[in-house]
Amino acid sequence: MSRSIQVVEAIPILKANDEVARENRDLLDTQNTFTVNVMASPGAGKTSLIIRTIEALQGSVRVGVIEGDVASQVDAKRVAESGVPVIQINTQGGCHLDAHMVKQALLRLPLSDIELLFIENVGNLICPVEFRLGEHRNISLLSVPEGSDKPYKYPGIFAMVDAIVVNKVDLLPYCDFDLPAFSELVTGINPHTQLFPLSCRTGEGLSSWTDWLLENLRIPR
Amino acid sequence: MHELAVTQSILNIALQEAEKAQATRITDIRLVMGSFCGIVDDSVRFYFDFISQDTLAEGASLSFRRVATRFRCRACGAEFSPEDQDWTCPSCGAVGGEVVAGREFYIEGIEVE
Repeated sequence: MSRSIQVVEAIPILKANDEVARENRDLLDTQNTFTVNVMASPGAGKTSLIIRTIEALQGSVRVGVIEGDVASQVDAKRVAESGVPVIQINTQGGCHLDAHMVKQALLRLPLSDIELLFIENVGNLICPVEFRLGEHRNISLLSVPEGSDKPYKYPGIFAMVDAIVVNKVDLLPYCDFDLPAFSELVTGINPHTQLFPLSCRTGEGLSSWTDWLLENLRIPR
Repeated sequence: MHELAVTQSILNIALQEAEKAQATRITDIRLVMGSFCGIVDDSVRFYFDFISQDTLAEGASLSFRRVATRFRCRACGAEFSPEDQDWTCPSCGAVGGEVVAGREFYIEGIEVE
């Protein structure tokens, strides 16, 4: 006899991950560590943005970093040269970080000494979107050579992030990136998102980004 | 690629719910997925058949209800389905809108014996 279990309220598919993410969030709130999940495709400039931000905030905000990559310590080594605590997670083929991986990394970080924590997700515009980690803000980067039509192809990420960094604006004269059209598209589906065109290479536009971070960091939680 | 993690979550939830209902077998799991979630049905089925072996869910079928993206225009309130590379509201010409459908990602029912 077949019978149906009535799922009265829809059960979120990633319920278990969401629960661990809530535990992470509680831990981060207790330690007063403002946490930003950084998502983008490989090569957009996630690590460069994090390093540039660490340099800009040196002496005023204590930063920590969790690096997520499929393999290698390359990014963690780059970040460690900035003198901040960093933990590398290798997902061994996994295309995104999940809350459990982040929890293990949080337990190894001196959180009470970290006011601003960056979690650099695995380079990917699809998979990380559904996996909450315990973060306070989600941001994505898009670099100018990738093209301004990305929101059509990956609407999920652009619809959910709190801020979008358009990196490599020093390449605008050499690419067909249409910044006004991109801005219209992303604000069309996500009017609350903030857009930061900048160049990690030249430093142009970086201060608006760090101002936004500091403003959000200081909002009582 | 994240289908394996997603499939594992689906299986875990189904097994927990089946246990609560004191069922002996899971026959069908009904999933609702919006077009934003980027999940490939065939991959989920492939993984599911593999990881459900020797569990109450072995042999269960998976039904996918797909939900297409719908926008509600912020300027005029009209609801519309965005085209591939055109998010313009057909009524007033504004671009984009509030996402009113397409983000669904949940289990809506489980059939057991």
